[in-house]
Amino acid sequence: MPRVLSAAPTMDHLDQLEAQSIYILREAFARLKKLALLWSLGKDSNVMIWLARKAFFGRVPFPAMHVDTAKKFPEMYAFRDTYAQEWGLDLRVEPCPPIDAVDPTLPPAARSAARKTEGLKMALAKHGFDGLIAGIRRDEEATRAKERVFSPRGAEGNWDVRDQPPEFWDHFNASPPQGAHLRIHPILHWTEADIWAYTARENIPIIPLYLSKNGKRYRSLGDQDITFPVASNASNIAEILAELESTKVPERAGRALDHETEDAFERLRVAGYL
Amino acid sequence: MNMRVPAAAPATPNGTTRPQVSIVIVGHVDHGKSTLVGRLLHETGSLPDGKLEMLQAVSARRGMPFEWSFLLDALQTERDQGITIDTTQIRFRTNAREVVLIDAPGHAEFLRNMITGASQADGAVLIIDALEGVRDQTRRHGYLLHLLGVKQVAVVVNKMDRVDFSEDRFDAIRTEISAHLQGLGVKPVAVIPISARDGDGVAALTSRIGWYDGPTVVEALDGLEPAKPLSSLPLRLPVQAIYKFDDRRIVAGRVEAGELRSGDEIVIMPAGKIAKIKTVEGWPQTPVTTAQGAGRSVGITLDRELFIERGDVIAHVGREPQAARRLHARIFWLHDQPLAKGDSILVRLGTREARGSVVAIEKAVDPGSLSNEENASIARNHVGEIEIALTQPVAVDPYTENARTGRLVIEVQGRIAGGGLVLSIAAGKRAAPVDIMPVESALQPQERADRYRHKGAVVWMTGLPGAGKSTLARALERRLFSRGGAPVLLDGDTVRAGLNKDLGFTPEDRAENIRRLAEVATHLARNGHIAIVAAVSPAREDRAAARRVAGDLFREIYVATAAEICESRDPKGHYAKARAGNLQNFTGIGTDYEPPLDAELVIDTATRGIADATDELESLLSKTGVLFDDIADLGANI
Repeated sequence: MPRVLSAAPTMDHLDQLEAQSIYILREAFARLKKLALLWSLGKDSNVMIWLARKAFFGRVPFPAMHVDTAKKFPEMYAFRDTYAQEWGLDLRVEPCPPIDAVDPTLPPAARSAARKTEGLKMALAKHGFDGLIAGIRRDEEATRAKERVFSPRGAEGNWDVRDQPPEFWDHFNASPPQGAHLRIHPILHWTEADIWAYTARENIPIIPLYLSKNGKRYRSLGDQDITFPVASNASNIAEILAELESTKVPERAGRALDHETEDAFERLRVAGYL
Repeated sequence: MNMRVPAAAPATPNGTTRPQVSIVIVGHVDHGKSTLVGRLLHETGSLPDGKLEMLQAVSARRGMPFEWSFLLDALQTERDQGITIDTTQIRFRTNAREVVLIDAPGHAEFLRNMITGASQADGAVLIIDALEGVRDQTRRHGYLLHLLGVKQVAVVVNKMDRVDFSEDRFDAIRTEISAHLQGLGVKPVAVIPISARDGDGVAALTSRIGWYDGPTVVEALDGLEPAKPLSSLPLRLPVQAIYKFDDRRIVAGRVEAGELRSGDEIVIMPAGKIAKIKTVEGWPQTPVTTAQGAGRSVGITLDRELFIERGDVIAHVGREPQAARRLHARIFWLHDQPLAKGDSILVRLGTREARGSVVAIEKAVDPGSLSNEENASIARNHVGEIEIALTQPVAVDPYTENARTGRLVIEVQGRIAGGGLVLSIAAGKRAAPVDIMPVESALQPQERADRYRHKGAVVWMTGLPGAGKSTLARALERRLFSRGGAPVLLDGDTVRAGLNKDLGFTPEDRAENIRRLAEVATHLARNGHIAIVAAVSPAREDRAAARRVAGDLFREIYVATAAEICESRDPKGHYAKARAGNLQNFTGIGTDYEPPLDAELVIDTATRGIADATDELESLLSKTGVLFDDIADLGANI
C-alpha cells in the first residue's frame, strides 16, 4: 500500500521557541556531568520543566532544586509539593542562611534576595553541580538581556559580564573552569507574553496568585515580604495576554529588590544571583 | 531588555499577521547607530506619548541641541518607570514586520559580542557616515555578516546633511561598499541616503534627497524575510544524544534540514550504516504520525540496534552528506592567541566534536584594512582560509549546499575561539552505505554496575618502554578485582601477539595498533568492564584517536618515569638491542615519544611505590565517577 506523504506541518512562533529550548536542554544534558534545574515555582520555571519533560520524553533526568528562602507564599509551597509528585521530579529543597549572614551594605530587599544567592552557593558546594538550568529571560530585566545561553560563572558563582565568551550558531561554551559552574538559560529568548501563550496552549498548571483577585494580581512571584501585586482585572490567561498588549508597567515592578537603587540588581547578579 | 512601547509583544504570538524579523545595526562607531534607532522608534510610532516633546523641552531648557540618541539614554534610565529598554534588545513594529533589534557593539574590542548578536539576525543594517565614508570597522562588519551567513543587508549612508545631500558623495560611497560586499557574495537589498537626525530617508523621502528613488529604511525593513527553515533540502538530523530512559532507545536531535517520518530509510553518517525509522517519539503524545520538518527537535527509534552516537548525522539513503577528514574553511578568529599552521584544534560541526590540526593557512587578512598579511597565522579579529585535517571522519556538507551543516566553530581550551564556513571538502572516499545489524547486549549498563560497583572505563597507560606501565596495570587489575570489580588487562605486547600480529612498527601500523586496542577496550568498557591498557602509544594523535573512540570512558595515565631510569631497567632487553642497532623503530632511545599534555593522571614510578601509585589510580577512578564508594550512590548519576 503506498504511503500517503503529507508535508511536515509548518512551525509557528511557539513551536520555534519550544524546539530551540529543547535543543538547549539536550545540549546541556549531553555536555555537562551534573546538572540541576532551578525551580522557583514561578510561571517561567514551570514552563521550563514542561520543556524538559518534552526534551526527555516525559522524564526530567536531573534534580529540580528549590532554593527555599522559607518566605514564599503558602500557595507556592502547595504547588511545589503537588507537582513535584505529579511530574515525577527529583525535588531537592535547599535552605538559605539567616539574614545576618548576608552583606549588610545591601538595601533591605536586595539583602533579603541575596540570601538566595548564599543558599544557592551552599547548595552548589553540597552537590557539586557543574551546570544549573535557570529560567531567566532577556526581556525581564536589563542585565539579563546581556546573558549568554550557556553562561560561565567563576568559582565564587560570580558573573563577569565584560568577559563573556562568544556564542553563535547554537554552539555553546560548555567547559566551566575547575570548581566553577555554568548557568544554562533555555528560555532566554522567550518573552513574558510567550510564556503565557505557551502555558495556555500546553495547559500547564499555574499558581492562582497570577490571576486577579479583588483587582490585583502578581505578575512575578518572589518572597512574600518583597513582592507586591499589581492592579489588574485579568482573571485568566487570555486576559493576562490582553493586558500585556497594552501595559506600560514592567514585569518586575512588584519586585522591590529591582528598584531600591539603580545598580542593586546588577550587583546581585554579578555576585551570582539569577 | 525589551522595550514594551506600546505593546511590543503581540497579544498572542500567533495573533499577529506581521512576521517577526531580527535585525542588527552594525557599522563603525559614531556613524549614527543610536540616532538611527531613536529616529526609527519615533517614525514607527513606538515611543510613548509625550516622551519626545518632553526630551526636546529638557534639551531646550538646558540650552543644548536635541539629539535623537538621548532617547536611548532616557529610556534606559527610565526603564523602571514603565519603559524598559536596553540596547541589547529593542522591539518595534513597522507596517509589515515585528522587528527585534539586537545589539551589536561598534567598538572593535567587542567583536565577539557583535558576532554573538549578529549571528542571531535575519537581516542587518550597515551604517556609514557620509562624511567619513567606509572605515575599517565598516568593512570588518560587512565581512563578518557574510561569514555569519546574514544575507539580507541594507546599507544606509547617514549624515547626508553633513555633505549637503550630495548625490556624488553618496554614489562614491555606494560604489565602494557595494563592491566590497559583492566581493563577498553579499548583494545589498538597498543603499539608502539618510539623515537620521533630520529624518530624511528613514520613513519618508524628502526633496533634499529628491535624486534618490529607492526604498526608505522602514520600507527596507518591511522587505526583510524571517529566516526560513531548510525544509526543501535533503534531510540532516545531527544526533544530540541517545536516550534509554525506558525500554525505548530514542535517538534525539534537531532536524536541521529536510523532513522525516516513520518508515523512512535512513543512513547514519559518517559510518554509512543503514536503518529504518521505526517510530517518531513525542511527549505527551506518542508516537508522532505527522512528518517532522526542519527546525523541529525530535526523537526517533530505529528498526535495529546499530551503534550510533552523538555527532553522527542521519540522512536519507542516496542523499547523505560526505564523510570527510579534510576540510577547507573560511573562518574568523577571535582568540587572543593567533591561529597558526600546525595548531591542534577542536572542531565542532553540528553536534560532532572532532580533534584536528591546521595543515595550511591561506589568505589571512584583516577584514578592516583588507591588507594581506603573512600567511603563517590568523590574528585576533582577522579572517582567513584554512585547511583542517581531522583525526576522524565527520559528516559534513559544503556551505553552499547546506548553510547549517556547512559551518563549524573552533574551540581552544574549552572556549569558542573562531568559526566559519566549509568551502570545500577534500575528495575523500565516500563511505559506502553498509547494511550491517550489530546486536546489543541483553544487559543494561546498570545491571552490571550494580554487580561490579563500578562503571565501565578505559584506563590508558602510556609511557616509555620500561616506565612501569605493565607493573602498574597489573597492580590496578588486582586491586579492582579484590573489591569485586571486573577489570581486564590489555597489554600492548600481548595483543600484538594475537589480534595485532599482522602489524609492525611503522607510524601507520602503530596507529592501527592503537585503533584496535582502543576499539577492544571501548567495547569492554561499554559492557561494564574497566579495561586497563598498557601500551607505549608514543603518538599524541593516536592517543587522541583512542580517546575519541572511548569518549567519556577514557582516562589517560602518563607513566612519566625518566628515560634514563627506563633504560636502566630495560625489563625486556629492548634498550640494549636498540643501542646495538638490532631493533628498528624502537621508542625510547629516539625522541619520538610525545608526552601527553592533558593526561588525567601523571605517575613517576621512580618516586612512587606501586601501592602508592595504585592508590592514586583508584582515587582517580573514584573521583571521576567510575568507582562507586557505596551502593547508595548508584542512583545519583542515572
